[in-house]
Amino acid sequence: MKGYSQSKAPYFFIAPALILLILFSLLPIVVALVISFTNMDLAGLADWSNISFVGIDNYVDVLADPVFGKSILNTLFYVVIGVPLILIGSLLIAIIVNFGGNRVFNAFRVVYYMPSVTNVVAVAVVWTLLYNPIFGLLNYLLDAVHLPAVPWLQDPIMAKISLIIMGAWRGMGLNMIIFIAALQGIPKSYYEAAQLDGAGNFRQLLYITIPMLRFAIFFVSITTMIGWLQFFEEPFIMTDGGPLDSTTSVALFIYHNGFQLSNFGYSAAGSFILFFAIILITFLQFKLQGKDTDL
Amino acid sequence: MSAHAKSGSGAAKNDLALKWALGVLLTIGGILVILPFIWMILSAFKSESEMQNIPPTFLPVDATFDNFKHLFTEMNFGVYLKNTLIIVVFSFVGLFLNAMAGFGFAKYKFKGGSALFYLVLATMMIPGQVTMIPIYLILNEMHLTNTMTGIILPGLVGAFGIFLFRQFMQTIPDELLEATRLDGASEFRTFMQIVLPISKPILAVQGILAFIAGWNSFIWPLIIANDEKLYTLSVGLTLLKGQYGGNFALQMAGSTFMVIPIIVIFIIFQRHIIENFSISGMK
Repeated sequence: MKGYSQSKAPYFFIAPALILLILFSLLPIVVALVISFTNMDLAGLADWSNISFVGIDNYVDVLADPVFGKSILNTLFYVVIGVPLILIGSLLIAIIVNFGGNRVFNAFRVVYYMPSVTNVVAVAVVWTLLYNPIFGLLNYLLDAVHLPAVPWLQDPIMAKISLIIMGAWRGMGLNMIIFIAALQGIPKSYYEAAQLDGAGNFRQLLYITIPMLRFAIFFVSITTMIGWLQFFEEPFIMTDGGPLDSTTSVALFIYHNGFQLSNFGYSAAGSFILFFAIILITFLQFKLQGKDTDL
Repeated sequence: MSAHAKSGSGAAKNDLALKWALGVLLTIGGILVILPFIWMILSAFKSESEMQNIPPTFLPVDATFDNFKHLFTEMNFGVYLKNTLIIVVFSFVGLFLNAMAGFGFAKYKFKGGSALFYLVLATMMIPGQVTMIPIYLILNEMHLTNTMTGIILPGLVGAFGIFLFRQFMQTIPDELLEATRLDGASEFRTFMQIVLPISKPILAVQGILAFIAGWNSFIWPLIIANDEKLYTLSVGLTLLKGQYGGNFALQMAGSTFMVIPIIVIFIIFQRHIIENFSISGMK
């Protein structure tokens, strides 16, 4: 264990996992990059001699594609509304659960986390029915309290919001758990000192809890943002991008072009633009975090 | 936010009132969160004609198991279930490979070790959308599209799992492994008989998560399987939604069939899953 082992044992242990990761994670990046500069499609799949190099045509075309433009705007809409919604929602739930601090409150962790573990297809099917304009529960409940019916998945703007509501419902549980874990890591003595100074609950929250959660908030906002940037299953199952491409996310655009239209090269170019966007945004967040605090 | 350290009785009373108010708020939120599940389960036992009632009924008037029967007679849910279980079994194989790799990285110093570990971590940054198409092309070159092997391989191992196993196994004392080696055990036997039993807590959590992920697996079967014989429950359910768009009770039965086993497993093991994040998530 001390010094370098000459035996082959470590390679034996890591080889199976490493080979699979190289084959299905690293090699694909190279393949994606290469085919994004070609006109790879079904004909190319059947016979490689049909593939030709097209330079940056795919990137130029995909950026000029109005549907791609729309999918970027939709994805930004998901991020701008969805990230704060999940962040604030899961933080509030975590703070309340932690404040309660007893068995009853802890039991709610299970309730709020439950949507995160259940199958996305199944819950998307359920939510499609809940949102159904005629037979759905939600419009019925609105009607019962004399509110007008909402065109949940029929109106271009509302459809995006409806998908966000469902995405937030699924996404809050995991982040709540992360926040609870971070809350429990704050030393009790901080609060005791604050209480001696006469600080009330709200001021303790504002001046101790929130600053101490800085890293957790940063972590959750980055992972949540990446999650929304890759938003796929919900629009795929519930709206298939409609009405009028108003819910098509970038990920759905890539899937649609790749696997339904078999424009592999074109789709790969789109996926690289998404990849760069994710890297860029994550990098900017790290920069801002660095400036914002001296952690 | 500790309520215990309060001294004045007025402040303590205030805290208690606040606690009750927040408790009520949390309960209302909780009911809203599980409402879709309740609606799903109740609807699964209604007849199709009852589903079309306006206004909708909350409790089934005439509870029936027919919808669940139809899943297996009119749809191929038996086949989907079998395929899903095959994937679940192989996700445990993947778990074992992750554990092996985690051990290799945790307990050996070897040439290129740390570089390879960073390589593993780097794969976590790659979004699925980028690898989706090339993986399909690679599997196609390997003649593995539309096969169970092709569905299983891409998601078999994962960097995050390897990372968690490595973190845990680093805490195993070297002396323990040294002693086993002196007894003449091979490295692999040491791993099987010493390391794995010690790693039970992390194996339990990862095992539960692997089960859930396998049961829910959707994207690879969707992309790789052209043949309905290879569909999983998730993919079958999208097919059901497409083919029987108006049969809401049948759709709810399909969803219930998928969701209930996971909810049961989750409730049984929730402490392990939730505490996993407290241990490994935020450090």
